[in-house]
Amino acid sequence: MPKFEYAPAPESRSIVSLRESYGLFINGEFGPGVDGRAFKTISPATEEVLAEVTEAGPADVDRAVTAARKAYEHSWSAMPGRERAKYLFRIARIIQERARELAVLESLDNGKPIRESRDVDIPLVAAHFFYHAGWADKLEYAGYGPAPRPLGVAGQVIPWNFPLLMLAWKIAPALACGNTVVLKPAETTPLTALAFAEICQQADLPPGVVNIVTGAGETGRTLVEHPGIDKVAFTGSTEVGKQIARACAPTRKKVTLELGGKAANVVFEDAPVDQAVEGIVNGIFFNQGHVCCAGSRLLVQESVYSDVLASLRRRLATLRLGDPLDKNTDVGAINSAAQLAKIRELSEVGEAEGAQRWSPPCELPVKGFWFPPTIFTGVSQAHRIAREEIFGPVLSVLTFRTPAEAVEKANNTPYGLSAGVWTEKGSLILWMASRLRAGVVWANTFNKFDPTSPFGGYKESGYGREGGRHGLEAYLDV
Amino acid sequence: MSAPAHTQTKPDLRAFLHGLPGVDRVGAEARAATLASRSIKTAAKQWALDMAISMIDLTTLEGQDTPGKVRALCAKAKRPDPADPTAPMVAAVCVYPDLAHVAAAELKGSGVHVASVATAFPSGRTSLEVKLADVKYAVSAGADEVDMVIDRGAFLAGDYQLVFDEIAAVKDACGPAGTAGQAGSAHLKVILETGELVTLDNVRRASWLAMLAGADFIKTSTGKVTPAATLPVTLVMLEAVRDFRDSHGRQVGVKPAGGIRTAKDAIRYLVLVNETAGEDWLDPRWFRFGASSLLNDLLMQRTKMMTGRYSGPDYFTLD
Amino acid sequence: MSDPVSRSNGAAAARIAVRKTYKLYIGGAFPRSESGRSYVVTDQKDRFLANAALASRKDARDAVTAARKAFGGWSAATAYNRGQVLYRVAELLEGRRAQFVSEVRAAEGLTGRQGEAVVDAAIDRWVWYAGWADKLAQVRGSANPVAGPYFNFSLPEPTGVVAVIAPQASSLLGFVSVVAPAVVSGNTVVAVASERCPLPAVSLSEVLATSDVPDGVINVLTGRTAEIAPWLASHMDVNAIDLSGAASPLADDLAATAAENLKRVVKPGDEDWTLAPGLDRMLTYLETKTVWHPASN
Repeated sequence: MPKFEYAPAPESRSIVSLRESYGLFINGEFGPGVDGRAFKTISPATEEVLAEVTEAGPADVDRAVTAARKAYEHSWSAMPGRERAKYLFRIARIIQERARELAVLESLDNGKPIRESRDVDIPLVAAHFFYHAGWADKLEYAGYGPAPRPLGVAGQVIPWNFPLLMLAWKIAPALACGNTVVLKPAETTPLTALAFAEICQQADLPPGVVNIVTGAGETGRTLVEHPGIDKVAFTGSTEVGKQIARACAPTRKKVTLELGGKAANVVFEDAPVDQAVEGIVNGIFFNQGHVCCAGSRLLVQESVYSDVLASLRRRLATLRLGDPLDKNTDVGAINSAAQLAKIRELSEVGEAEGAQRWSPPCELPVKGFWFPPTIFTGVSQAHRIAREEIFGPVLSVLTFRTPAEAVEKANNTPYGLSAGVWTEKGSLILWMASRLRAGVVWANTFNKFDPTSPFGGYKESGYGREGGRHGLEAYLDV
Repeated sequence: MSAPAHTQTKPDLRAFLHGLPGVDRVGAEARAATLASRSIKTAAKQWALDMAISMIDLTTLEGQDTPGKVRALCAKAKRPDPADPTAPMVAAVCVYPDLAHVAAAELKGSGVHVASVATAFPSGRTSLEVKLADVKYAVSAGADEVDMVIDRGAFLAGDYQLVFDEIAAVKDACGPAGTAGQAGSAHLKVILETGELVTLDNVRRASWLAMLAGADFIKTSTGKVTPAATLPVTLVMLEAVRDFRDSHGRQVGVKPAGGIRTAKDAIRYLVLVNETAGEDWLDPRWFRFGASSLLNDLLMQRTKMMTGRYSGPDYFTLD
Repeated sequence: MSDPVSRSNGAAAARIAVRKTYKLYIGGAFPRSESGRSYVVTDQKDRFLANAALASRKDARDAVTAARKAFGGWSAATAYNRGQVLYRVAELLEGRRAQFVSEVRAAEGLTGRQGEAVVDAAIDRWVWYAGWADKLAQVRGSANPVAGPYFNFSLPEPTGVVAVIAPQASSLLGFVSVVAPAVVSGNTVVAVASERCPLPAVSLSEVLATSDVPDGVINVLTGRTAEIAPWLASHMDVNAIDLSGAASPLADDLAATAAENLKRVVKPGDEDWTLAPGLDRMLTYLETKTVWHPASN
């Protein structure tokens, strides 16, 4: 019995008013789908049904693209940038006003701890809209020529790991540059996208500028392959990303992809140890490891291996796993039964391959989808758990001797999304950063995001950048 | 020309202190901020409030202190809440050496400790002889805890050996080793004055230096310099005592002092202790708050939890 | 304006308006001039509008002190935070649109439609500048590919305290156009409002005081341009000066005086404030810092 037991500190659900069922958001209004097909979205922590959601069929996707095209041609692209900007500022403000509600909704639908959705996700969502609002009337300064034009209608498909944040990363720059959008949220996390649709209504956004079509893989494919869109933006698995690239190859659609990763988090012997341990924990257990840029491979210098591992194990014992709506929860639920099965499968593979598995003692709730924070030691590059993205709270630990070896191992992967470097030596940080083939390098920190900071991958982690001046390119005809 | 102070330090002490892992301030502050966002409610909050009260070194260190002031403070220390005898007593009363005898007389037999500052508190700027005389004076007056200040000037000039030797000499003057708590013997808290050390790397080094020299407690501040105690500084000190126990087998206490005014602050410190050094330190024997106005806020929160009503300052004594 | 109030016998009684006092805005507070002086402000038809404070050199000195004090915090704030604060000012301006339309019309003798156009443009201009806060470093900064194993980057930083002699004729739009570009990047400002039409700038100060702009970031003085400006131009703790509101030969003298501590100077020009501003004012108040760091293992 711990001396200082934290009592339950639940965030109230009453701030959210869920509808029993949601229609599609097309041309500024919620309405039923043509085929009347629907699916349910559940809370992964309790398995309770949260709401019924419409599944958009081909006719619905077609309506949405038509609405987006009409809005593009008649209201949005000709609108002066400073007026578009003000719509985006309104949206940003409303997100701030409804911040608590959106955070609770996100945690309910996704399973992530309320502390994260409240302190990380939602503030970043607002920030993305603020940042991009300011670009709408300054595109001539963005480095793309004196009068860069938008592309037209963007079809956007986003994943379930940061639902509203991924929506912001897609919609904010698209609108700022003068495009209109049709966005499909992930099938397990549609609710904050639907709340966002309401926010568009509250902001009086012209109908058709933003359209939200809910559905699963089929709906996404239909959208991406629709001939009426000019731009495809996808965040999700590398496997699906490749399918999209293939499908778009014979078309003139511009494509950006933000896919998977197997990032190396490199800890040198002169790292600030306590902060490095926080960085390792943050790198793989933040958001239950459902992060494309997660530091899922710990590369620790052999000379400090036992000290770092001992500190890491001690630290993991203070992680609190449980109800996502409890303000003290650090590790929430796995997003779906399917994802949990995948994590379990790969963990069994890890054991079968000979790595040693360890988790801190952890009580898992009976209902819902849960996986304890897990470390595999004795992992080598050849192991599947060192190569394949697990997308869960599972860390593979490898060692290295020299900086050159660390770089080699870090780069030895088809992925190239992110990397972490931990050392007090500035010149080493910069040397590593210049050699790591990764789109984002975090030095003495990890999992830091900002609307001004371009994000995206090398190699099979995708192409294109989101955020910053560089991220505008995806939505301009340049 | 004499050699710079730092070269008079034995090379291995300097090498050891400079070989400690660095502290990344941004990361340390982020960790402290995350822990500060813990939500401590209901039964957990009640426990924390009572624990915090029992950890207070109720302090008066003013030029204008008189025996009357000290007696009043001691009465409050023994019975913090005039309306509620179930409120726990504080850990200690902390005064200047020339009033230690007053506190000792008032607190005799109560279980509340008598802590005295010494070594030319707060600046520490005088000869070692005077500092040691100050300590002996306090101990013979009845103090069973001594809060000393380190020579920050020497530390910043790199003369770690001088700082080390002074702490060791003061520890000696407090009484024979291992006798703290017995008559004529005091336990030693070493004040690092982290506000003057400025960097977290310095805080880590000074913490280790003090522990190696024999400190029973490491303390953040005199309370006379801003900034005084902060969560990031205390985080680094908690990491130090945790690591020191692991490597040297001896447990050392931590006392943040100055600037801790609200119950909310105090509870944040307890969370910090709980998740950094661990629950072994969640005890007045190993963790103290150097504070004065904090006590009333803790009592008000405690009363609110019991009655359901927000309280007001009229219902608690000023001293 | 007084509203008739009907009485029981049917006759209307005029309501007397509570008139505003127009004071200086220094360090977040509204003091009168330490000199105790004021001057008469009239509309374009010479009708009395108000007595505005007549700032002295000591007021100017105090304003610079306040601006310097505020600089540390304002320049250290994140760009995002500055953008948010400035955007909030625009929200408050929008809420007071009718008041500003009426003030600008009275000050500049504009028609209703003209007044609305000016105020709309001023609010939109403020929004435009607010959106620059978190983009300047990307447009003005760079990583430089030096020929050696070094990481080299250039970053813009605010220069410090900027004195602004605001345009004489354009009392709101012109004022916004010379003040906003300084503060967006972290500079703090001492602004001298138009001598003839100072009142809209003072009302803007009220908006600043009730928004989240920290005390001292923007300070507004009203009075005689020729009396106040030389004290700002010669002040050694002022880092830059915008001479837009000074006519020749005063402007030339001020520029020469400003050379004493090499202030960055914006010279007066024949500006059409309705046109989209470029980057030059923002860039004038930015220093560029270039850092080298070896990259090696």
